[in-house]
Amino acid sequence: MSVSFEVNGKPVTVDVEPRMTLVDCLRHQLRLTGTHVGCEHGVCGACTILLDGEAVRACLLLAVQAEGCKVVTIEGLSNDEALTPLQASFRRHHAVQCGFCTPGMITTAHALLTEEPDCDADRVREVLSGNICRCTGYISIVEAVLDARGAYRAPEPQP
Amino acid sequence: MRNSFVGSPVERREDLRFVRGRGQYVDDLSPDGLLHAVILRSSVAHGRIRSIDATAALKIADVHSVVTARDMPDGPPRIAMRLQPLAEFKPFEQSVIADTKVRYVGEPIAIVLASSIAIGEDALDRIVVDIEPLAAVSDCETSATPDRLLFEEHGTNCAMTFTAECGDADAAFTAAAYTRREKFRIGRHYGLTMEPRGLMAEWDAAAGRLTVSGAAKVPFFNRRILARQMGLPEDAIAMVENDVGGGFGARGEFYPEDFLIPFAARHVGRPVKWIEDRRENLMAMNHARQAEVEVEIACTRDGTIVALRGHAHVDMGAYMRTNGAVGARNIAQFIAGPYRIPNIKLQSSLWMTNKTPVGTYRGPGRFETDFFRERLLDMVAKDLGIDRVELRRRNLIQASDMPYRMPTITPFESRDEVDSGDYRLALDRCLEEFRWADKARLQGKLVDGRYHGLAVGCFIEGGAAGPKETARLEINPDGSVAVFIGSSAVGQGVETVFAQIAADALEIPMDRISGVHHGSTAYVSDGYGAYHSRSVVMGGSALLDAAKNLHDLIRVAASKRFGCAPSEIKISEDSIIGPGKLSARLADFSGLTAEGVFLNKKHTYTYGTHAAHVTVDAKIGHVEIVDYMTVVDCGRIINPMTVRGQVIGSLVQGLGGALLEDLRYDRDGQFLTGSLADYLLPTAGDFPNLRAIVTDMFPSPINPLGAKGAGEGGIISAGGVVANAVANALSTFRVEPHELPLTPQRIWEMVEEGQNRSSHLGASAGEIAPAPHAPHAKAAC
Repeated sequence: MSVSFEVNGKPVTVDVEPRMTLVDCLRHQLRLTGTHVGCEHGVCGACTILLDGEAVRACLLLAVQAEGCKVVTIEGLSNDEALTPLQASFRRHHAVQCGFCTPGMITTAHALLTEEPDCDADRVREVLSGNICRCTGYISIVEAVLDARGAYRAPEPQP
Repeated sequence: MRNSFVGSPVERREDLRFVRGRGQYVDDLSPDGLLHAVILRSSVAHGRIRSIDATAALKIADVHSVVTARDMPDGPPRIAMRLQPLAEFKPFEQSVIADTKVRYVGEPIAIVLASSIAIGEDALDRIVVDIEPLAAVSDCETSATPDRLLFEEHGTNCAMTFTAECGDADAAFTAAAYTRREKFRIGRHYGLTMEPRGLMAEWDAAAGRLTVSGAAKVPFFNRRILARQMGLPEDAIAMVENDVGGGFGARGEFYPEDFLIPFAARHVGRPVKWIEDRRENLMAMNHARQAEVEVEIACTRDGTIVALRGHAHVDMGAYMRTNGAVGARNIAQFIAGPYRIPNIKLQSSLWMTNKTPVGTYRGPGRFETDFFRERLLDMVAKDLGIDRVELRRRNLIQASDMPYRMPTITPFESRDEVDSGDYRLALDRCLEEFRWADKARLQGKLVDGRYHGLAVGCFIEGGAAGPKETARLEINPDGSVAVFIGSSAVGQGVETVFAQIAADALEIPMDRISGVHHGSTAYVSDGYGAYHSRSVVMGGSALLDAAKNLHDLIRVAASKRFGCAPSEIKISEDSIIGPGKLSARLADFSGLTAEGVFLNKKHTYTYGTHAAHVTVDAKIGHVEIVDYMTVVDCGRIINPMTVRGQVIGSLVQGLGGALLEDLRYDRDGQFLTGSLADYLLPTAGDFPNLRAIVTDMFPSPINPLGAKGAGEGGIISAGGVVANAVANALSTFRVEPHELPLTPQRIWEMVEEGQNRSSHLGASAGEIAPAPHAPHAKAAC
């Protein structure tokens, strides 16, 4: 069946089986392979994307459920010119090893910092506890997210 | 130009693609004409296959074929062992697919090739497999009974008993003033990678060439096995290493699928891709750790350890896999850890069971023995009234003992020695950073409803497995230099680390290193990959040799151009200078390439100390890590940022093994932990208070880099230290953990037992009563 939604700012229409998950649709039909599949049962968070601004697991959604929604993947949070402040912070803090969980981590952290740019370390840990990383031990990831908060705060009003 | 990239916290090159989601893992590949493979796995732990009927499956449109053992004209090949390939293990090697018998839940029986994974999985449901069930062997004890054999023709389920020996342990025990014997058990963990395994094979019938993507860890070795199994020359196979989402010892060994997917691709003449799902990963990737030991220690009254002896029983699962013997062997070898114990006799028996076969997982045998030994040391300290820190300090191998000879392992006759270090310095540094003296007053105290416990433990970590590594440097047309290396990437940052080493060795800026190409078989003549904390030590040393060889070649080429002797050529950064005003640039020698090798028979030994401060809620069995300090001395440090990342990352894995992770089976060998909701991993909120200090006090004397392995030091002590901290926290209840993981339920049960024991004896918790495992005192002590 046909489903239409927006991915990273562009409208798409794809023909999918009703049982196809959104993550499989993104990866294999739309060739957006930055979103990863780690468990297919909603525990590991590797497939986290933004659906209408909210961080969700693309393995627990069917593609048809995205009808009319705005989807943003790690590709939509990246550009060719430079790393975003959040990406640069991940690199600076060595919050990446094998890189497999990283797109999900960054997407989750982006959603958190967009909503709560003043969140504290406990809140970061609470939110990231839905994303499993097997390499880093998380300390550097939490540091990276905390260090990127400034980029998400509204600029101080000029006097 | 004197560079100093080595030793600097250089930001990683590979992160530029990873943080943008531009890494390329094997499932990201999708060539035209691709068929997807899904694997029918046994749901029965032990049984005889009566029949396999795929008729109904093949009727589904878009199911291309179903492959079973019958499609293999010479029968399914067996998978040869990579490490310790002893003749005794041969009968227990795994066939690539079950033919007549299944021996664990998860064993491959058939492969479906279909146009999509979903359709392939539909077909799995329609394959009718008739299996006559046999009584299952679900633990070592059952394995030792003669009536349930996994391999009837071999008459035993015991594949081997290793013995580690030095001195005369029995004589030392006879003469000892104090001895104590304990039994410990450790659960079944595994090196879960976030990226499940995956492979893609493409067969070019016209050229007779096979390309296998998704290779990892040891591509050259796996190519040798595959070439033999497929009847192809090695150079007809290219193994391609894509980005690899974690290794930890488990990913990249030769598994049944490493034959089945290439075989299927050749069988049907189309590209075939297989991506493991998490349930498969939990039941099909190598398991590890599960062992029990009865171990006995003998000391003088001042706490000097004189002997260790005992017998470990290791639950091997159903087959001897490529590196399956390593953990059991290391249990024998590393029982003494970093301590000077003159008399040792430790046996380690390998028992076949109807479970997923085991392989290595980060710190194999060392995580286990550190738990056994450090628990025992705390018990000794308590029995003899010696401070637990002092007991360790007194028995550590000393700097003057280096190199220190370790026990001999039979049937290998393998000998090894620790290379360098001052173990007491790491102990002292750790205690100082941890502020042990200030915190000691909290030991066993109840504060705001939680009991506080402190513990300390010391470890050694082997690295730099030989025999060889190969590196190659090539000058690009623009004068930059490309690095090619036989070491593999499993997420540890080798692209950055090797660029640092190459830039320093060639004395050029790091941005003149165009790329580091690793793992794949096309890049160098021979490679040995990533295991035993070897990639950087071995590959880096080979790279130094390649740099020297490249400079020699440049000198020869320049001397011909300038008409002078090679010795008259000076190389400085990008300038190649001859006599007079003759000069050239690296770009003038574009295409020049030099290979370098490093040969090594010895091992490096990183060492260090862990200290933990935990609190325990005795009512619900919850353990919190309040503070944890790790000091690791790992020789010359290439990149302190990535080394620290290795230490913290492996420590958290170790805490998972200490407190959470446990692969469970029932008595029929049925697998009970098939999801990440059952096999619990550490999450971001679990262990926020961890610290690590990496030092470079003692460079390794056995390689030109002076580097030592650094991938495993964080995990090794975690089980023993956490268990001791929990014991010390709950000393009021005389809790003495003998088994990992320390789940809330297990801790709660130990507290309950402690309370019942106390009330039974009419004493309140905290009063002196006989310990459950009384020491065998031969004299007043």
